[in-house]
Amino acid sequence: MTKRFNRRKFLIYSSATLGTSVLLKACANNTNTNDPTAASSPVSNTSATNAGASGDTIKVGILHSLSGTMAISEKSVVDAEQLAIEEINNAGGVLGKQIQAVVEDGASNWDTFREKATKLIDEDKVVAVFGCWTSASRKNVKPVFEQKNHMLWYPVQYEGQECSKNIFYTGAAPNQQIEPSVDWLLQNKGKDFFLIGSDYVFPRTANTIIKAQLAAKGGKTVGEDYLPLGNTEVTPIITKIKQALPNGGVIYNTLNGDSNVAFFKQLQGAGLGPDKYPSMSVSIAEEEVKAIGPDYLKGHYAAWNYFQTVDTPANQKFVAAFKQKYGEDRVTNDPMEAGYIAVYLWKQAVEKAGTADDLDKVRAAAFGQKFEAPEGTVTLDANNHLAKFVRIGEVREDGMFEIVNATNAAVEPLPWNQFVKETKGYGCDWSDPNKGGKYKTA
Amino acid sequence: MLAGLLDGLFNGISIGAVLLIAALGLAIVFGLMGVINLAHGELMMLGAYTTFVVQNGFKKLGEPWFEFYIFFALIMAFIVAAGVGLILERGVIRHLYGRPLETLLATWGVSLILQQFVRSVNWVLVVGISIFCLLFFGGLWILHRRSDINRIRNWVVAVMLPISLGIAIATSNFLSQTYKLAVTQPWFGAQNLDVSAPKWLRGGLPIGNFQMPYARVFIIALTILCVAAIYVFLQRTPWGLRIRAVTQNRSMSACLGIPTQKVDALTFALGSGLAGVAGCAISFLGSVGPNTGQNYIVDTFMVVVVGGVGKLVGTIFAALAIGTVNYLIGSGTLALLFAPIKPLADFFTFFATTSMAKVMVFALIIAFLQVRPGGIFPQKGRTVDA
Repeated sequence: MTKRFNRRKFLIYSSATLGTSVLLKACANNTNTNDPTAASSPVSNTSATNAGASGDTIKVGILHSLSGTMAISEKSVVDAEQLAIEEINNAGGVLGKQIQAVVEDGASNWDTFREKATKLIDEDKVVAVFGCWTSASRKNVKPVFEQKNHMLWYPVQYEGQECSKNIFYTGAAPNQQIEPSVDWLLQNKGKDFFLIGSDYVFPRTANTIIKAQLAAKGGKTVGEDYLPLGNTEVTPIITKIKQALPNGGVIYNTLNGDSNVAFFKQLQGAGLGPDKYPSMSVSIAEEEVKAIGPDYLKGHYAAWNYFQTVDTPANQKFVAAFKQKYGEDRVTNDPMEAGYIAVYLWKQAVEKAGTADDLDKVRAAAFGQKFEAPEGTVTLDANNHLAKFVRIGEVREDGMFEIVNATNAAVEPLPWNQFVKETKGYGCDWSDPNKGGKYKTA
Repeated sequence: MLAGLLDGLFNGISIGAVLLIAALGLAIVFGLMGVINLAHGELMMLGAYTTFVVQNGFKKLGEPWFEFYIFFALIMAFIVAAGVGLILERGVIRHLYGRPLETLLATWGVSLILQQFVRSVNWVLVVGISIFCLLFFGGLWILHRRSDINRIRNWVVAVMLPISLGIAIATSNFLSQTYKLAVTQPWFGAQNLDVSAPKWLRGGLPIGNFQMPYARVFIIALTILCVAAIYVFLQRTPWGLRIRAVTQNRSMSACLGIPTQKVDALTFALGSGLAGVAGCAISFLGSVGPNTGQNYIVDTFMVVVVGGVGKLVGTIFAALAIGTVNYLIGSGTLALLFAPIKPLADFFTFFATTSMAKVMVFALIIAFLQVRPGGIFPQKGRTVDA
């Protein structure tokens, strides 16, 4: 190790490196995109130098975490979005052009999201970006998209209280997930609620809404606690739940990521079963059930717009296509479906507008678009959110959800919460320039 | 009141036991060898993944076998993690002894590599890596017998590296194009995996209105067993004696004929194997995924530093103390205890959330290390750092 790095050695090593890299480059051209090593290097499939929609391809960006804590959830959304793009391309593309996806890794780091968003817009000149999962990442890229007047399609249920002109929210607003589930719990499961969540913006805002709603409807919040993201020691919280709800009650769970696994495993160990302590989760879908283990979750509830068990022809087609592309043991879930919807809605908007480059035209064309989604027919509202169906599912033995409650019609989205004092009476309408993101409805 | 006290004591100890079993391996690697191994968490993760694989294997064997898979999983987790630890020591760390900063960066890199490896490992990758290793290292081994190897070594490396890499990549590409999904599908993927404890480890032992989870009892027992085993190994066996000798004075041990390199490798493998066992244990409490290790790494270092580097007994005390304090503050027990004294009760109620309890514990640790920088049981005497 004490040998010096002399000139001859330098020559040898550098020629070796050069040779290897040339070889790698030659091999990279025919790398299968299913190969995960290739999928993680976005440059491998971006050989064209065309900007935006010129030439015979249209470039869109996909910006999710492929590494880090959030990769667990976001990777599957990328899969669903790529499935939609592939389906559209096989059917002839958009405006006669093929869609080319530029995949960037946000790496579960909110600053990286901002950098990559800037890169996608400025360097790759994409015409739309599908991406983000956590509210923290969305809040971080929002200024970028607003400054550059660009377009983000955000596929995850979130806490609301936001309505950006430049973001289309295809996941649920609180009134399409949290509020109906609280109502259902109040009617069927009890009035005493213990709120538990991860310590970041979504759970805290969601719990503010839940507390206001409970106060308005005769329920009671007996306690709340937040775990730092990634924390897996939940013993103190379980003690607190037992103290606050000695005779049983409802646990409302907004935990995200790894903490969920720890929470449910240790909840069962402590003897708090779903018979006395039913829990309602808003971040647990099919994929997470599979990861936690159905044994631990059986009998607990989750609220979503879409479950894999939804019985519609569009869903059967979606599930079959997904399994064929990614493997029989994969499952579909709500954010994946929302990502899939986002790509199709964008396509329809582009086709109606007749252009992919003029984003204001695409935006105007997007309002009112209907799509036969796996969950049912969804409509894009002028407040940039989707009218969606609301469902409550109970975890079955096989890890799928038994749908115990569903709305008959799509629920109109309300981005500004009507239970919270500061936003009560406000609405959002981007089709009317006088109204915009936040205006007084009453 | 008695039930509450028992409850508090048990929960404190059970949190401490998880911390302790996770920190044991590190106490050996960091404490005894002085190697800052940031990949320790990932070795735990490998243990957890091994548990997952063993579990799936035993599921196929049917009911009576499945109930006892964890014993086999514990052994396998130890072997796999120890094996990876051995490779890590021989391949990377041995070149970096006595250079803490480089070790820190290198092991951090290794931890990232291991994380990404379990995310994207598939047949193509495995075949590619095996072919490369076979060609490159096998070729080197064969050429090693030539007498003029030292003269041509650099040229050999320069020629062999690209050739082996090229063949490996070409084969992988060929495989992935021919068999498509069957070989390109990741084994584990980025998702968390489902490790379910056997039935007798689920649920718990009810005592009054409080229930002692079996999984926790199991981990406490396992931790005691591990601590006892390490104690016997270090104090009562010839290799334990050698390890202690090398830790205390490396050059003197070498002079006396102790094979220090072997001792290093053995110590590191032992520490890694313990990390694997810990990974198996925590899979019954928490998640099994690429990030599993990251969730524990900070806590384990904290335990070792507070306990006093180089002292196993310190690690034990520190783990139990941190666990108990964390529980007492986080669960609000302290706030209840001080209920009669208003300002104190308010103070502890403020800290009675999980996030704030962590803040409080860290603050206490910082304060403690100001008073006793060496930890609870500082290393005494003329020890020489490697």
